[in-house]
Amino acid sequence: MTELHHLTLAQLAAGLQKRQFSSVELTRHFLDRIERLNPALNAMITVSGEQALAAAAAADKKLGAGNAGALTGMPIVHKDIFCTDGVRTTCGSRMLSNFVAPYDATVVAKLSQAGVIALGKTNMDEFAMGSSNETSFYGPVKNPWDLTKVPGGSSGGSAAAVAARLAPAATGTDTGGSIRQPAALTSLTGIKPTYGRVSRYGMIAFASSLDQAGTLTYTAQDAALLLHAMAGFDPRDSTSVDVPVADYSATLEQPLAGIKIGLLKEFFERGLDEANAKLVRDALKIYESLGAKLIDVSLPNLPLSVPTYYVVAPAECSSNLSRFDGVRFGHRCENPVDLMDLYKRSRGEGFGAEVKRRIMTGTYVLSAGYYDAYYLRAQKVRRLITDDFARAFAGVDVLMGPTSPTPAFDIGAKVDDPVTMYLNDIYTIGANLAGLPAMSIPCGFLGGLPVGLQIIGPHFAEAKLLNVAHVFQRETDWHERIPEAYR
Amino acid sequence: MSLTRTDVEGIAHLARLAITESELPVYVDSLSKIFSFVEQLNGADIDAVEPMAHPLAGQTQRMRPDVIDDSDRHEKYQRNAARVEAGLYLVPKVIE
Repeated sequence: MTELHHLTLAQLAAGLQKRQFSSVELTRHFLDRIERLNPALNAMITVSGEQALAAAAAADKKLGAGNAGALTGMPIVHKDIFCTDGVRTTCGSRMLSNFVAPYDATVVAKLSQAGVIALGKTNMDEFAMGSSNETSFYGPVKNPWDLTKVPGGSSGGSAAAVAARLAPAATGTDTGGSIRQPAALTSLTGIKPTYGRVSRYGMIAFASSLDQAGTLTYTAQDAALLLHAMAGFDPRDSTSVDVPVADYSATLEQPLAGIKIGLLKEFFERGLDEANAKLVRDALKIYESLGAKLIDVSLPNLPLSVPTYYVVAPAECSSNLSRFDGVRFGHRCENPVDLMDLYKRSRGEGFGAEVKRRIMTGTYVLSAGYYDAYYLRAQKVRRLITDDFARAFAGVDVLMGPTSPTPAFDIGAKVDDPVTMYLNDIYTIGANLAGLPAMSIPCGFLGGLPVGLQIIGPHFAEAKLLNVAHVFQRETDWHERIPEAYR
Repeated sequence: MSLTRTDVEGIAHLARLAITESELPVYVDSLSKIFSFVEQLNGADIDAVEPMAHPLAGQTQRMRPDVIDDSDRHEKYQRNAARVEAGLYLVPKVIE
Protein backbone atom coordinates (compact mmCIF):
# COMPACT_ATOMS: atom_id res chain seq x y z
CA MET A 1 0.00 0.00 0.00
CA THR A 2 1.07 3.54 -0.60
CA GLU A 3 2.36 5.19 2.55
CA LEU A 4 1.74 8.87 3.19
CA HIS A 5 5.46 9.60 2.89
CA HIS A 6 5.52 8.15 -0.63
CA LEU A 7 3.22 10.88 -1.89
CA THR A 8 4.28 14.15 -3.45
CA LEU A 9 3.18 17.50 -2.07
CA ALA A 10 0.60 17.77 -4.88
CA GLN A 11 -0.78 14.29 -4.10
CA LEU A 12 -0.90 15.03 -0.38
CA ALA A 13 -2.70 18.32 -1.05
CA ALA A 14 -5.32 16.46 -3.10
CA GLY A 15 -5.69 13.85 -0.33
CA LEU A 16 -6.20 16.55 2.30
CA GLN A 17 -8.79 18.32 0.16
CA LYS A 18 -10.70 15.06 -0.42
CA ARG A 19 -10.46 14.27 3.34
CA GLN A 20 -8.74 10.94 2.60
CA PHE A 21 -6.62 11.68 5.66
CA SER A 22 -6.56 14.53 8.11
CA SER A 23 -3.81 17.08 8.65
CA VAL A 24 -3.37 15.74 12.19
CA GLU A 25 -2.82 12.21 10.82
CA LEU A 26 -0.39 13.50 8.23
CA THR A 27 1.46 15.67 10.75
CA ARG A 28 1.67 12.80 13.23
CA HIS A 29 2.97 10.47 10.49
CA PHE A 30 5.89 12.78 9.73
CA LEU A 31 6.58 13.62 13.40
CA ASP A 32 6.81 9.86 14.06
CA ARG A 33 9.24 9.43 11.19
CA ILE A 34 11.34 12.34 12.47
CA GLU A 35 11.46 10.81 15.94
CA ARG A 36 12.42 7.38 14.62
CA LEU A 37 14.75 8.23 11.75
CA ASN A 38 16.27 11.63 12.47
CA PRO A 39 18.78 10.54 15.17
CA ALA A 40 20.93 8.76 12.54
CA LEU A 41 20.65 11.66 10.07
CA ASN A 42 20.84 14.75 12.34
CA ALA A 43 18.73 16.66 9.82
CA MET A 44 16.69 18.52 12.45
CA ILE A 45 17.86 21.04 15.06
CA THR A 46 14.47 21.76 16.64
CA VAL A 47 11.20 19.80 16.34
CA SER A 48 8.08 21.77 17.24
CA GLY A 49 5.64 18.87 17.50
CA GLU A 50 3.14 20.42 19.88
CA GLN A 51 2.71 23.61 17.87
CA ALA A 52 2.53 21.52 14.68
CA LEU A 53 -0.29 19.31 16.00
CA ALA A 54 -2.24 22.33 17.26
CA ALA A 55 -1.89 24.02 13.85
CA ALA A 56 -2.89 20.77 12.14
CA ALA A 57 -6.06 20.53 14.24
CA ALA A 58 -6.94 24.10 13.24
CA ALA A 59 -6.25 23.25 9.59
CA ASP A 60 -8.56 20.23 9.80
CA LYS A 61 -11.40 22.51 10.93
CA LYS A 62 -10.83 24.72 7.89
CA LEU A 63 -10.66 21.70 5.60
CA GLY A 64 -13.88 20.39 7.13
CA ALA A 65 -15.61 23.72 6.69
CA GLY A 66 -14.60 23.82 3.05
CA ASN A 67 -12.66 27.11 3.23
CA ALA A 68 -9.16 25.69 2.83
CA GLY A 69 -6.44 26.78 0.42
CA ALA A 70 -4.26 24.55 -1.77
CA LEU A 71 -1.70 23.97 1.00
CA THR A 72 -3.93 24.02 4.10
CA GLY A 73 -2.82 21.34 6.54
CA MET A 74 0.42 20.51 4.71
CA PRO A 75 3.37 19.79 7.03
CA ILE A 76 6.83 20.96 5.95
CA VAL A 77 10.16 21.84 7.60
CA HIS A 78 11.95 25.19 7.62
CA LYS A 79 15.66 25.79 7.34
CA ASP A 80 16.80 27.14 10.71
CA ILE A 81 17.82 30.41 9.07
CA PHE A 82 14.19 31.63 9.02
CA CYS A 83 12.96 33.39 12.15
CA THR A 84 9.99 31.58 13.70
CA ASP A 85 8.02 33.45 16.36
CA GLY A 86 8.34 31.63 19.67
CA VAL A 87 10.49 28.80 18.26
CA ARG A 88 14.26 28.67 18.70
CA THR A 89 16.13 29.91 15.62
CA THR A 90 19.83 28.99 15.72
CA CYS A 91 21.15 29.45 12.15
CA GLY A 92 23.34 26.42 12.89
CA SER A 93 25.42 28.47 15.31
CA ARG A 94 26.39 28.37 18.97
CA MET A 95 25.93 32.16 18.78
CA LEU A 96 22.14 31.73 18.56
CA SER A 97 21.74 28.51 20.56
CA ASN A 98 19.30 30.24 22.95
CA PHE A 99 17.72 32.66 20.48
CA VAL A 100 13.92 32.50 20.35
CA ALA A 101 12.85 34.65 17.41
CA PRO A 102 10.40 37.40 18.39
CA TYR A 103 8.68 37.43 14.98
CA ASP A 104 8.13 35.29 11.87
CA ALA A 105 10.15 35.69 8.70
CA THR A 106 7.89 36.73 5.80
CA VAL A 107 8.42 33.29 4.18
CA VAL A 108 7.27 31.58 7.38
CA ALA A 109 4.33 33.99 7.84
CA LYS A 110 3.15 33.61 4.24
CA LEU A 111 3.28 29.82 4.38
CA SER A 112 1.58 29.79 7.75
CA GLN A 113 -1.18 32.04 6.35
CA ALA A 114 -1.53 29.53 3.50
CA GLY A 115 -2.21 26.87 6.15
CA VAL A 116 1.19 25.15 6.01
CA ILE A 117 2.22 23.33 9.23
CA ALA A 118 5.82 23.79 10.41
CA LEU A 119 7.18 20.53 11.85
CA GLY A 120 10.45 22.07 12.94
CA LYS A 121 13.76 23.62 11.95
CA THR A 122 16.42 21.90 9.86
CA ASN A 123 20.14 21.68 10.41
CA MET A 124 22.41 23.79 8.21
CA ASP A 125 25.95 25.01 7.82
CA GLU A 126 26.61 27.73 10.40
CA PHE A 127 25.10 31.00 9.10
CA ALA A 128 24.72 29.17 5.75
CA MET A 129 28.51 29.22 5.24
CA GLY A 130 29.46 25.82 3.87
CA SER A 131 28.86 23.30 1.10
CA SER A 132 28.67 20.10 3.14
CA ASN A 133 26.69 20.86 6.30
CA GLU A 134 29.82 20.12 8.32
CA THR A 135 30.21 23.62 9.78
CA SER A 136 27.02 23.35 11.88
CA PHE A 137 27.49 23.75 15.64
CA TYR A 138 24.89 20.97 15.93
CA GLY A 139 27.02 18.43 14.08
CA PRO A 140 27.15 17.25 10.47
CA VAL A 141 24.05 16.00 8.65
CA LYS A 142 24.27 12.55 7.01
CA ASN A 143 23.19 11.87 3.44
CA PRO A 144 20.21 9.44 3.44
CA TRP A 145 21.64 7.75 0.31
CA ASP A 146 24.84 6.86 2.21
CA LEU A 147 25.33 7.84 5.83
CA THR A 148 29.11 8.20 5.36
CA LYS A 149 28.57 11.00 2.79
CA VAL A 150 27.67 14.67 3.16
CA PRO A 151 24.20 15.82 2.03
CA GLY A 152 25.67 19.03 0.61
CA GLY A 153 25.15 22.46 2.09
CA SER A 154 24.26 24.81 3.36
CA SER A 155 20.61 23.62 3.26
CA GLY A 156 21.84 20.08 4.07
CA GLY A 157 19.31 19.40 6.83
CA SER A 158 16.41 20.45 4.60
CA ALA A 159 17.70 18.19 1.81
CA ALA A 160 18.31 15.17 4.07
CA ALA A 161 14.92 15.57 5.78
CA VAL A 162 13.00 15.61 2.49
CA ALA A 163 15.13 12.87 0.84
CA ALA A 164 14.55 10.61 3.87
CA ARG A 165 10.82 11.39 3.73
CA LEU A 166 10.78 13.06 7.16
CA ALA A 167 8.77 15.86 5.51
CA PRO A 168 7.28 16.22 2.02
CA ALA A 169 9.05 19.55 1.37
CA ALA A 170 11.40 22.08 2.94
CA THR A 171 12.35 25.71 2.65
CA GLY A 172 15.98 26.54 1.98
CA THR A 173 18.19 29.46 1.09
CA ASP A 174 20.78 29.77 -1.65
CA THR A 175 23.63 32.30 -1.54
CA GLY A 176 26.12 30.38 -3.72
CA GLY A 177 24.36 27.09 -4.41
CA SER A 178 22.98 26.17 -0.98
CA ILE A 179 19.65 24.85 -2.33
CA ARG A 180 20.78 23.43 -5.68
CA GLN A 181 23.91 21.54 -4.56
CA PRO A 182 22.19 19.69 -1.65
CA ALA A 183 19.22 18.97 -3.95
CA ALA A 184 21.64 17.42 -6.48
CA LEU A 185 23.42 15.36 -3.81
CA THR A 186 20.17 13.93 -2.39
CA SER A 187 18.07 13.47 -5.60
CA LEU A 188 15.64 16.33 -4.99
CA THR A 189 14.22 19.21 -6.99
CA GLY A 190 15.62 22.49 -5.69
CA ILE A 191 14.85 25.99 -6.95
CA LYS A 192 16.50 29.30 -6.16
CA PRO A 193 14.28 32.03 -7.61
CA THR A 194 15.37 35.39 -9.02
CA TYR A 195 17.00 37.71 -6.49
CA GLY A 196 14.19 39.79 -4.98
CA ARG A 197 11.41 37.30 -5.84
CA VAL A 198 11.05 35.96 -2.28
CA SER A 199 11.29 38.26 0.74
CA ARG A 200 14.47 38.16 2.81
CA TYR A 201 12.73 39.71 5.83
CA GLY A 202 13.43 37.58 8.89
CA MET A 203 15.85 35.38 6.97
CA ILE A 204 19.13 35.73 8.87
CA ALA A 205 21.43 37.58 6.48
CA PHE A 206 24.69 36.12 5.19
CA ALA A 207 25.40 38.05 1.95
CA SER A 208 22.54 40.42 1.27
CA SER A 209 23.10 40.94 -2.47
CA LEU A 210 23.16 37.16 -3.07
CA ASP A 211 20.83 35.51 -0.51
CA GLN A 212 17.54 34.18 -1.83
CA ALA A 213 15.00 31.73 -0.39
CA GLY A 214 13.58 28.76 -2.28
CA THR A 215 12.32 25.21 -1.94
CA LEU A 216 13.46 21.58 -1.80
CA THR A 217 10.78 19.15 -3.02
CA TYR A 218 10.39 15.84 -4.89
CA THR A 219 9.03 17.34 -8.08
CA ALA A 220 8.89 20.57 -10.06
CA GLN A 221 5.11 20.42 -9.68
CA ASP A 222 5.56 20.54 -5.88
CA ALA A 223 8.07 23.38 -6.19
CA ALA A 224 5.52 25.34 -8.25
CA LEU A 225 2.92 24.94 -5.50
CA LEU A 226 5.20 25.88 -2.62
CA LEU A 227 7.11 28.69 -4.34
CA HIS A 228 3.85 30.31 -5.41
CA ALA A 229 2.85 30.57 -1.75
CA MET A 230 6.25 32.03 -0.72
CA ALA A 231 6.94 34.52 -3.50
CA GLY A 232 5.76 38.09 -3.75
CA PHE A 233 6.49 41.70 -2.97
CA ASP A 234 7.27 42.57 0.65
CA PRO A 235 7.63 46.21 1.71
CA ARG A 236 9.72 44.99 4.68
CA ASP A 237 12.55 43.85 2.38
CA SER A 238 14.07 46.87 0.61
CA THR A 239 15.34 44.64 -2.23
CA SER A 240 12.03 42.83 -2.74
CA VAL A 241 10.80 43.35 -6.30
CA ASP A 242 7.25 44.51 -7.01
CA VAL A 243 6.37 42.33 -10.00
CA PRO A 244 3.37 39.97 -10.06
CA VAL A 245 3.92 36.31 -9.19
CA ALA A 246 3.10 34.03 -12.13
CA ASP A 247 0.81 31.03 -11.67
CA TYR A 248 3.67 28.53 -11.85
CA SER A 249 1.37 25.48 -11.84
CA ALA A 250 -0.61 26.70 -14.86
CA THR A 251 2.27 26.49 -17.35
CA LEU A 252 3.96 23.26 -16.23
CA GLU A 253 2.67 21.23 -19.19
CA GLN A 254 3.74 23.58 -21.99
CA PRO A 255 5.46 21.57 -24.75
CA LEU A 256 9.19 22.12 -25.18
CA ALA A 257 9.30 21.85 -29.00
CA GLY A 258 11.54 24.57 -30.36
CA ILE A 259 12.93 25.67 -26.99
CA LYS A 260 16.58 26.70 -27.18
CA ILE A 261 18.83 25.22 -24.51
CA GLY A 262 22.32 26.68 -24.09
CA LEU A 263 25.03 24.24 -22.99
CA LEU A 264 27.57 25.98 -20.81
CA LYS A 265 30.90 25.12 -22.38
CA GLU A 266 32.84 26.28 -19.30
CA PHE A 267 30.86 23.88 -17.08
CA PHE A 268 31.79 20.82 -19.09
CA GLU A 269 35.50 21.51 -19.28
CA ARG A 270 36.38 22.47 -15.72
CA GLY A 271 36.78 19.85 -13.04
CA LEU A 272 33.75 17.81 -14.06
CA ASP A 273 33.85 14.09 -13.32
CA GLU A 274 33.54 12.27 -16.70
CA ALA A 275 30.86 9.82 -15.53
CA ASN A 276 28.96 12.75 -14.03
CA ALA A 277 29.21 14.61 -17.35
CA LYS A 278 27.79 11.60 -19.19
CA LEU A 279 24.63 11.59 -17.05
CA VAL A 280 24.14 15.28 -17.75
CA ARG A 281 24.62 14.69 -21.50
CA ASP A 282 22.08 11.82 -21.36
CA ALA A 283 19.58 14.23 -19.78
CA LEU A 284 20.24 16.73 -22.56
CA LYS A 285 19.48 13.98 -25.14
CA ILE A 286 16.06 13.56 -23.53
CA TYR A 287 15.44 17.27 -24.01
CA GLU A 288 16.54 16.93 -27.62
CA SER A 289 14.04 14.11 -28.12
CA LEU A 290 11.34 16.44 -26.76
CA GLY A 291 12.08 18.91 -29.54
CA ALA A 292 14.57 21.19 -27.80
CA LYS A 293 17.46 22.68 -29.74
CA LEU A 294 20.84 22.39 -28.04
CA ILE A 295 23.21 25.30 -28.62
CA ASP A 296 26.78 25.59 -27.32
CA VAL A 297 27.27 28.73 -25.29
CA SER A 298 30.43 30.23 -23.84
CA LEU A 299 30.54 32.56 -20.85
CA PRO A 300 34.22 33.54 -20.86
CA ASN A 301 34.22 35.25 -17.45
CA LEU A 302 32.34 32.43 -15.69
CA PRO A 303 35.54 30.73 -14.44
CA LEU A 304 36.11 33.85 -12.30
CA SER A 305 32.82 33.38 -10.44
CA VAL A 306 34.28 31.47 -7.46
CA PRO A 307 37.04 34.02 -6.67
CA THR A 308 34.55 36.87 -7.22
CA TYR A 309 32.12 35.24 -4.82
CA TYR A 310 34.81 34.70 -2.18
CA VAL A 311 35.43 38.43 -2.08
CA VAL A 312 31.84 39.71 -2.35
CA ALA A 313 30.14 37.20 -0.02
CA PRO A 314 32.66 37.46 2.87
CA ALA A 315 32.61 41.27 2.59
CA GLU A 316 28.84 41.31 3.01
CA CYS A 317 29.03 38.65 5.73
CA SER A 318 31.56 40.60 7.79
CA SER A 319 29.20 43.57 7.70
CA ASN A 320 26.01 41.57 8.41
CA LEU A 321 27.52 39.55 11.25
CA SER A 322 28.78 42.64 13.05
CA ARG A 323 25.31 42.76 14.63
CA PHE A 324 26.29 39.83 16.88
CA ASP A 325 27.88 41.85 19.65
CA GLY A 326 26.95 39.84 22.76
CA VAL A 327 24.67 42.64 23.95
CA ARG A 328 21.19 42.51 22.40
CA PHE A 329 20.94 38.83 21.49
CA GLY A 330 23.17 35.84 21.00
CA HIS A 331 26.02 34.34 22.98
CA ARG A 332 27.71 36.50 25.65
CA CYS A 333 31.04 35.56 27.24
CA GLU A 334 31.47 35.20 31.02
CA ASN A 335 32.92 38.06 33.08
CA PRO A 336 34.03 40.53 30.39
CA VAL A 337 36.62 43.00 31.72
CA ASP A 338 35.53 45.77 29.35
CA LEU A 339 33.37 46.35 26.29
CA MET A 340 36.10 45.34 23.83
CA ASP A 341 36.64 42.09 25.73
CA LEU A 342 32.87 41.50 25.67
CA TYR A 343 32.72 41.92 21.89
CA LYS A 344 35.82 39.89 21.11
CA ARG A 345 35.24 36.92 23.37
CA SER A 346 31.47 36.71 22.76
CA ARG A 347 32.15 36.61 19.01
CA GLY A 348 35.26 34.42 19.29
CA GLU A 349 33.33 31.83 21.36
CA GLY A 350 29.97 32.14 19.59
CA PHE A 351 31.16 31.73 15.98
CA GLY A 352 32.70 28.57 14.54
CA ALA A 353 35.93 28.34 12.53
CA GLU A 354 34.48 28.80 9.02
CA VAL A 355 32.33 31.77 10.02
CA LYS A 356 35.34 33.45 11.65
CA ARG A 357 37.41 32.74 8.54
CA ARG A 358 34.82 34.43 6.31
CA ILE A 359 34.36 37.40 8.64
CA MET A 360 38.13 37.94 8.60
CA THR A 361 38.30 37.53 4.80
CA GLY A 362 35.57 40.14 4.46
CA THR A 363 37.10 42.48 7.01
CA TYR A 364 40.39 42.39 5.11
CA VAL A 365 38.94 42.99 1.61
CA LEU A 366 36.94 45.96 2.92
CA SER A 367 39.78 47.48 4.92
CA ALA A 368 41.46 50.74 3.97
CA GLY A 369 44.16 50.15 1.35
CA TYR A 370 42.71 46.82 0.14
CA TYR A 371 39.16 47.88 -0.79
CA ASP A 372 40.00 48.81 -4.40
CA ALA A 373 42.29 45.84 -4.99
CA TYR A 374 39.77 43.27 -3.78
CA TYR A 375 36.21 44.43 -3.21
CA LEU A 376 35.86 47.02 -5.96
CA ARG A 377 37.65 44.73 -8.44
CA ALA A 378 35.34 41.83 -7.54
CA GLN A 379 32.27 44.03 -8.02
CA LYS A 380 33.52 44.89 -11.49
CA VAL A 381 34.18 41.26 -12.40
CA ARG A 382 30.69 40.49 -11.08
CA ARG A 383 29.33 42.80 -13.77
CA LEU A 384 31.42 41.06 -16.46
CA ILE A 385 29.94 37.70 -15.41
CA THR A 386 26.41 39.13 -15.32
CA ASP A 387 26.88 40.64 -18.79
CA ASP A 388 28.05 37.23 -20.08
CA PHE A 389 24.76 35.71 -18.90
CA ALA A 390 22.71 38.52 -20.46
CA ARG A 391 24.44 37.95 -23.84
CA ALA A 392 23.77 34.21 -23.60
CA PHE A 393 20.06 34.73 -22.90
CA ALA A 394 19.75 36.83 -26.04
CA GLY A 395 20.12 33.55 -27.98
CA VAL A 396 18.72 30.82 -25.72
CA ASP A 397 15.72 30.30 -23.42
CA VAL A 398 17.53 28.47 -20.63
CA LEU A 399 21.07 27.34 -19.86
CA MET A 400 21.92 23.83 -18.69
CA GLY A 401 24.85 22.03 -17.16
CA PRO A 402 25.81 20.02 -14.11
CA THR A 403 24.91 21.24 -10.61
CA SER A 404 27.91 19.80 -8.80
CA PRO A 405 31.32 18.56 -10.07
CA THR A 406 30.95 15.21 -8.26
CA PRO A 407 28.28 13.25 -6.36
CA ALA A 408 28.25 13.44 -2.54
CA PHE A 409 31.74 13.15 -1.00
CA ASP A 410 32.84 11.56 2.30
CA ILE A 411 32.14 13.39 5.55
CA GLY A 412 35.46 14.92 6.60
CA ALA A 413 37.07 14.71 3.14
CA LYS A 414 37.36 18.46 2.47
CA VAL A 415 37.06 20.13 5.87
CA ASP A 416 40.76 20.99 6.17
CA ASP A 417 41.07 22.84 2.88
CA PRO A 418 38.66 25.75 2.47
CA VAL A 419 39.59 26.50 -1.15
CA THR A 420 38.87 22.91 -2.25
CA MET A 421 35.55 23.12 -0.42
CA TYR A 422 34.75 26.45 -2.09
CA LEU A 423 35.30 24.92 -5.55
CA ASN A 424 32.27 22.66 -4.98
CA ASP A 425 30.14 25.65 -5.85
CA ILE A 426 31.89 26.30 -9.16
CA TYR A 427 28.72 25.68 -11.23
CA THR A 428 26.19 27.28 -8.93
CA ILE A 429 27.72 30.62 -7.90
CA GLY A 430 27.29 32.33 -11.29
CA ALA A 431 23.49 32.41 -10.97
CA ASN A 432 23.75 34.09 -7.56
CA LEU A 433 26.19 36.74 -8.78
CA ALA A 434 23.85 37.57 -11.66
CA GLY A 435 20.67 37.23 -9.54
CA LEU A 436 19.24 34.60 -11.91
CA PRO A 437 16.69 31.90 -11.09
CA ALA A 438 18.20 28.42 -11.19
CA MET A 439 17.25 24.92 -10.24
CA SER A 440 18.63 21.43 -9.87
CA ILE A 441 16.67 18.30 -10.80
CA PRO A 442 17.67 14.63 -10.43
CA CYS A 443 19.18 13.16 -13.62
CA GLY A 444 20.69 9.84 -12.55
CA PHE A 445 22.93 7.97 -10.14
CA LEU A 446 26.65 7.23 -9.96
CA GLY A 447 27.63 4.34 -7.70
CA GLY A 448 24.32 4.66 -5.88
CA LEU A 449 24.68 8.42 -5.36
CA PRO A 450 22.41 11.02 -7.00
CA VAL A 451 23.50 13.47 -9.70
CA GLY A 452 21.75 16.75 -10.54
CA LEU A 453 21.07 18.66 -13.75
CA GLN A 454 21.17 22.44 -13.38
CA ILE A 455 18.80 24.74 -15.28
CA ILE A 456 19.40 28.50 -15.24
CA GLY A 457 16.98 31.06 -16.66
CA PRO A 458 16.77 34.80 -17.24
CA HIS A 459 15.42 37.05 -14.47
CA PHE A 460 11.87 36.14 -13.36
CA ALA A 461 11.72 33.05 -15.61
CA GLU A 462 10.73 30.75 -12.70
CA ALA A 463 7.63 29.56 -14.58
CA LYS A 464 9.77 28.53 -17.59
CA LEU A 465 12.31 26.70 -15.39
CA LEU A 466 9.56 24.78 -13.61
CA ASN A 467 7.93 23.94 -16.96
CA VAL A 468 11.25 22.68 -18.38
CA ALA A 469 11.87 20.63 -15.21
CA HIS A 470 8.34 19.22 -15.04
CA VAL A 471 8.32 17.99 -18.65
CA PHE A 472 11.63 16.18 -17.98
CA GLN A 473 10.15 14.58 -14.87
CA ARG A 474 7.24 13.25 -16.93
CA GLU A 475 9.81 11.36 -19.04
CA THR A 476 12.08 10.14 -16.22
CA ASP A 477 11.71 8.60 -12.78
CA TRP A 478 14.95 9.66 -11.05
CA HIS A 479 12.96 12.02 -8.80
CA GLU A 480 10.77 9.11 -7.61
CA ARG A 481 13.67 7.11 -6.16
CA ILE A 482 13.71 6.78 -2.37
CA PRO A 483 16.79 5.67 -0.40
CA GLU A 484 16.20 2.07 0.69
CA ALA A 485 16.24 2.61 4.45
CA TYR A 486 13.57 5.33 4.18
CA ARG A 487 10.96 3.69 1.94
CA MET B 1 50.08 36.03 -1.22
CA SER B 2 51.15 35.20 2.29
CA LEU B 3 49.88 36.74 5.52
CA THR B 4 51.88 36.90 8.77
CA ARG B 5 50.69 36.21 12.32
CA THR B 6 50.69 39.96 12.92
CA ASP B 7 48.48 40.53 9.85
CA VAL B 8 45.95 37.99 11.10
CA GLU B 9 46.01 39.42 14.63
CA GLY B 10 45.31 42.84 13.12
CA ILE B 11 42.41 41.56 11.01
CA ALA B 12 40.95 39.69 14.01
CA HIS B 13 41.09 42.89 16.04
CA LEU B 14 39.30 44.87 13.30
CA ALA B 15 36.67 42.10 13.16
CA ARG B 16 36.36 42.06 16.97
CA LEU B 17 37.16 38.37 17.17
CA ALA B 18 39.18 36.77 19.96
CA ILE B 19 41.41 34.18 18.27
CA THR B 20 43.19 31.59 20.39
CA GLU B 21 46.90 30.79 20.12
CA SER B 22 46.09 27.41 18.56
CA GLU B 23 43.64 28.90 16.01
CA LEU B 24 46.10 31.55 14.82
CA PRO B 25 48.41 29.42 12.59
CA VAL B 26 45.33 27.76 11.01
CA TYR B 27 43.99 31.17 9.95
CA VAL B 28 47.43 32.37 8.79
CA ASP B 29 47.54 29.36 6.48
CA SER B 30 43.92 29.30 5.25
CA LEU B 31 43.52 33.07 4.78
CA SER B 32 46.80 33.16 2.82
CA LYS B 33 45.44 30.40 0.57
CA ILE B 34 42.15 32.24 0.06
CA PHE B 35 43.83 35.54 -0.86
CA SER B 36 46.17 33.71 -3.27
CA PHE B 37 43.13 32.04 -4.82
CA VAL B 38 41.25 35.32 -5.38
CA GLU B 39 44.32 36.84 -7.06
CA GLN B 40 42.93 35.25 -10.26
CA LEU B 41 40.75 38.35 -10.43
CA ASN B 42 43.84 40.40 -11.28
CA GLY B 43 43.80 38.88 -14.78
CA ALA B 44 40.35 40.29 -15.64
CA ASP B 45 40.11 43.32 -17.89
CA ILE B 46 38.04 45.69 -15.76
CA ASP B 47 38.93 49.00 -17.39
CA ALA B 48 35.77 51.05 -17.90
CA VAL B 49 33.61 48.51 -16.06
CA GLU B 50 31.18 49.95 -13.54
CA PRO B 51 31.18 48.11 -10.19
CA MET B 52 28.00 46.13 -9.60
CA ALA B 53 26.36 46.21 -6.18
CA HIS B 54 22.89 44.93 -7.03
CA PRO B 55 22.03 41.97 -9.27
CA LEU B 56 19.00 43.57 -10.95
CA ALA B 57 19.73 46.39 -13.38
CA GLY B 58 18.22 49.75 -12.49
CA GLN B 59 17.02 48.52 -9.12
CA THR B 60 17.34 51.00 -6.28
CA GLN B 61 16.63 50.39 -2.63
CA ARG B 62 13.26 51.83 -1.72
CA MET B 63 12.77 54.28 1.12
CA ARG B 64 9.74 53.88 3.34
CA PRO B 65 7.78 56.66 5.04
CA ASP B 66 9.30 57.49 8.42
CA VAL B 67 6.28 56.46 10.44
CA ILE B 68 5.78 54.01 13.30
CA ASP B 69 4.27 50.80 11.94
CA ASP B 70 4.83 48.51 14.91
CA SER B 71 3.85 48.38 18.56
CA ASP B 72 6.29 48.58 21.47
CA ARG B 73 7.62 45.04 21.84
CA HIS B 74 10.84 45.77 23.70
CA GLU B 75 10.10 43.26 26.46
CA LYS B 76 9.74 40.44 23.95
CA TYR B 77 12.88 41.52 22.08
CA GLN B 78 14.90 41.88 25.27
CA ARG B 79 14.14 38.32 26.35
CA ASN B 80 16.98 37.34 24.03
CA ALA B 81 19.53 39.58 25.76
CA ALA B 82 21.93 38.13 28.33
CA ARG B 83 21.67 41.11 30.72
CA VAL B 84 18.82 43.62 30.89
CA GLU B 85 17.70 45.93 33.69
CA ALA B 86 14.78 48.38 33.67
CA GLY B 87 14.46 48.01 29.90
CA LEU B 88 18.14 48.79 29.34
CA TYR B 89 20.86 46.50 27.95
CA LEU B 90 23.74 46.13 30.41
CA VAL B 91 27.36 46.24 29.27
CA PRO B 92 30.66 46.64 31.16
CA LYS B 93 31.38 50.19 32.31
CA VAL B 94 32.48 52.34 29.35
CA ILE B 95 33.09 55.74 31.02
CA GLU B 96 35.20 55.89 34.19
